[in-house]
Amino acid sequence: MTGRGSAEPPAGGAGTWQPVIGLEIHVQLKTRTKMFCRCANSFGGGENTQVCPVCLGFPGALPVPNRAAIEWTIKLGLALGCRIAERAVFSRKSYVYPDLPKGYQISQYDLPSCIEGNLLVPGADGDIRVGIVRAHLEEDAAKTTHVGGRTGRIGGASTSLVDFNRGGTPLVEIVTGPDLHSAEAARRFLQLLRQTIVELGVSDAEMEKGTLRVDANVSIRPQGSQELRTRCELKNMNSFRFVAQGIDAEVARQTAVYEAGGEVVQETYDFDAASGALTARRSKEEADDYRYFPEPDLVPVEPSPGLVERLREELPELPGARIHRLERELDLERATVLVTGGLDGLYEATVAAGAERLAAANLIANRLAGSDPSELDPGELARLVEARDRIPRAALDEALGKLAEPGFSADPFLAQAAVTDTGTLEPIVDRILQANPGQVAAYRGGKEGLLGFFVGQVMKETSGGANPRVVSELVREKLRA
Amino acid sequence: MTIDTLRLTAEEAVDLLARKQVSAAELHGAYLEVVAERDRELHCYLRTVDEPEGDGVPIALKDIISTRGIETTAGSRILEGYVPVFDATVAARCKAAGLPIIGKTNTDEFAMGSSTENSAYGPTKNPWDPTRVPGGSGGGTAAAVSAGLAPWGLGSDTGGSIKQPSSLCGNVGLRPTYGTVSRYGVIAFASSLDQIGPVARNVRDCALLLSIIAGRDVCDSTTVELPEPVRLPDDEHLTGIRIGVPKEMNEAEGIEPGVAEAVRRAIELAAELGAEVEECSLPLSVAYGLPCYYLIAPAEASSNLARYDGVRYGPRAEADGYYEMVERTRDAGFGDEPKRRIMLGTYALSAGYFDAYYGQAQKVRTVIAREHAAAFERYDVLVSPTSPTVAFELGAKAADPLAMYLSDLLTIPSCMAGLPGLNIPCGLSEGLPVGLQLIGPQFSENTLFRTGYALERALAFDPVPERLR
Repeated sequence: MTGRGSAEPPAGGAGTWQPVIGLEIHVQLKTRTKMFCRCANSFGGGENTQVCPVCLGFPGALPVPNRAAIEWTIKLGLALGCRIAERAVFSRKSYVYPDLPKGYQISQYDLPSCIEGNLLVPGADGDIRVGIVRAHLEEDAAKTTHVGGRTGRIGGASTSLVDFNRGGTPLVEIVTGPDLHSAEAARRFLQLLRQTIVELGVSDAEMEKGTLRVDANVSIRPQGSQELRTRCELKNMNSFRFVAQGIDAEVARQTAVYEAGGEVVQETYDFDAASGALTARRSKEEADDYRYFPEPDLVPVEPSPGLVERLREELPELPGARIHRLERELDLERATVLVTGGLDGLYEATVAAGAERLAAANLIANRLAGSDPSELDPGELARLVEARDRIPRAALDEALGKLAEPGFSADPFLAQAAVTDTGTLEPIVDRILQANPGQVAAYRGGKEGLLGFFVGQVMKETSGGANPRVVSELVREKLRA
Repeated sequence: MTIDTLRLTAEEAVDLLARKQVSAAELHGAYLEVVAERDRELHCYLRTVDEPEGDGVPIALKDIISTRGIETTAGSRILEGYVPVFDATVAARCKAAGLPIIGKTNTDEFAMGSSTENSAYGPTKNPWDPTRVPGGSGGGTAAAVSAGLAPWGLGSDTGGSIKQPSSLCGNVGLRPTYGTVSRYGVIAFASSLDQIGPVARNVRDCALLLSIIAGRDVCDSTTVELPEPVRLPDDEHLTGIRIGVPKEMNEAEGIEPGVAEAVRRAIELAAELGAEVEECSLPLSVAYGLPCYYLIAPAEASSNLARYDGVRYGPRAEADGYYEMVERTRDAGFGDEPKRRIMLGTYALSAGYFDAYYGQAQKVRTVIAREHAAAFERYDVLVSPTSPTVAFELGAKAADPLAMYLSDLLTIPSCMAGLPGLNIPCGLSEGLPVGLQLIGPQFSENTLFRTGYALERALAFDPVPERLR
């Protein structure tokens, strides 16, 4: 015994540890101009083209806050159920790094714009209530690229390049409570949060482009315990999947540490998705005294009650509420996929145009993910949903592929009929069953999931021309014999 | 025509230009000639502008004010060769008013000092006695105006950098209410205290220059529109003006007898001109103003000076890595006083010390503002010496930072409260000018000008240094 009770591993093996996860999410606002100057907040031009004395930190230059950024932060805070501070204050956060031209970052600190909210994430066992500790506004740092050296960091680099285009762009940092207890819950939360942000129109929130960035604070504790143990921070995860993988890896690492009788040391790790490896950052690059003090070049943000009310009234029906509404007519999983994919509006319009709910939901969720619903005609889509089993699979595929084309009509596709004639299909089915005796035996032995395999083979053989429902009936019948 | 730059006021120059008795270029040339003649000795200017723009009365700008296309160093090596790509708002307003720039005047490095000896480019000398300092940090502008090297100029004041050199050089300088003049483009020392203000040879010129630079600027969030326009004073009486004489500021230890005497006579004169004069008290402001200032100003300075890293402008020291490069650049670029204040300020803001130092000083600052506000319920103007001493000898306090800091004992409290303060010369002591400080509530510049003007007329002080007459 070390005498340090928290280090004592609980008896028993897997499943005895509960992950405790809090997230810090940075959202880059898509305002027209930067946070404190009038440079364009846009990318794609050459390096260091969107810069001015203010965002380059020239002597004497002063920040002037972007009104839209402040309003959007409040709007986001309202969507997250936050209390909007009557008085928020920008502070200076000091550290030395070439991405920070003034030597300090202007950021709300002890008096942020939004506090004490929560986001309800619909889950199979009811909503997960994720506390929003705060959402505050700050300016982003510039983008650095370190050339040479082994680590890709500034230490040991032969040259460091700085692109100030990103420097000074508006960023909202959202900090959650330690309320998430699995990587999957974190992923679901992030999907819902992202969709909420996108629908508010304040950010594109794309992780691949860095307009949404997620850091995770992870600790674990014995199941049933309420303690908060030493946490580690994970950075550098650029998709929701990698966030989940990183959390799983860190939970596994901490579990191993405790079960070997060790102590978790507070540290920051980079997660490398390709190798699954967690690499600790060298502490020298982590300054821990930021010497915060109120930014004397700015006056406090004091939004009028009228402004806050107007922004509250402008809020649309939020994704969480829509998931609950759709859950009643579909199920949680389909509702979540549709809403977080931004496709529930299309779904509802398609149903309104006469499509069957479940069929429309499946078709949209499975086949139209990633498409822009504003380009799709729900009336024509409803006709395709209705005809999905009558027309050849190939025709349906082609129609869905062309749905986004202007002036799309389902007519030419509906005119094609799928092969339903069992006389034509029977020989093909027989051939497939003969060619796959192993799978036939397995099916008959109870692996009924193989039905899809046989149907798929037949569909392939008929180049998608067969009616899958008729084929599946036929296969089932043959195998029963 | 021959122009006596020692005597010509800006207002008279405006008149000469309007009547086309002199061209703006001739006027500008006349000042450059005097600069060529006298500035080798005085070193008021760090550089002059040979090809002026504008059809108005020329002006001297403290080298802390960014001027597009003209090197601006803040008196520091770390900005040697730095040529701004933009004008400070006050420089732009001077240009818009047609005022050609004579040159950029010397300053203590980053406006940190009370003698201009902290300039990396050598000290400025006092025109009344070149063995003495002109005060600081705006010694360059004050000495230039005094010696006829400019009719007027702009300075910046954090804890007394306009008022104190005006006092030591015998001219009129105003620190305006915080927020009335834009700080945009003025190289920051302590942002919550820095104010830009006019220096001139008389009160009316000072008011005229304020009217050119004051008012809300969209580039400086802390600025406001003036509640009333600046008026050029013309009343020679002080009827209805209530003057408070804070005893702590008039009887403070270290006030030279000659200074106290000249100020006492000016106060008596004010009563003769019709003012109601009464002794009052500002005990907390005087006791705590200076120590709190030396927490807040260095704290903000330590942050404002963090941008000087050799990456984007200014000289860069060679080194193998980034951090080493920044360290060497700062070591070579900053003089002792900025280094001292960066250390003080960094300490005051550090985790674990913030509440005890910076946080506490800000609370005391509120107390100082309240104590002043209470006094202004009874008085329109508070008076005291501006500086406890007349101009001291070069080097006399250079080795003793604390003694130097005490030069600003009387100017600092009202700066901490964000209040306007005007220095007018009120006499001589040991042959050197004594300054009278007039402090008013926020936005009371017109009252200060009125009071200063009436006293100026009655005192009939000759602002031209005796040795130059």
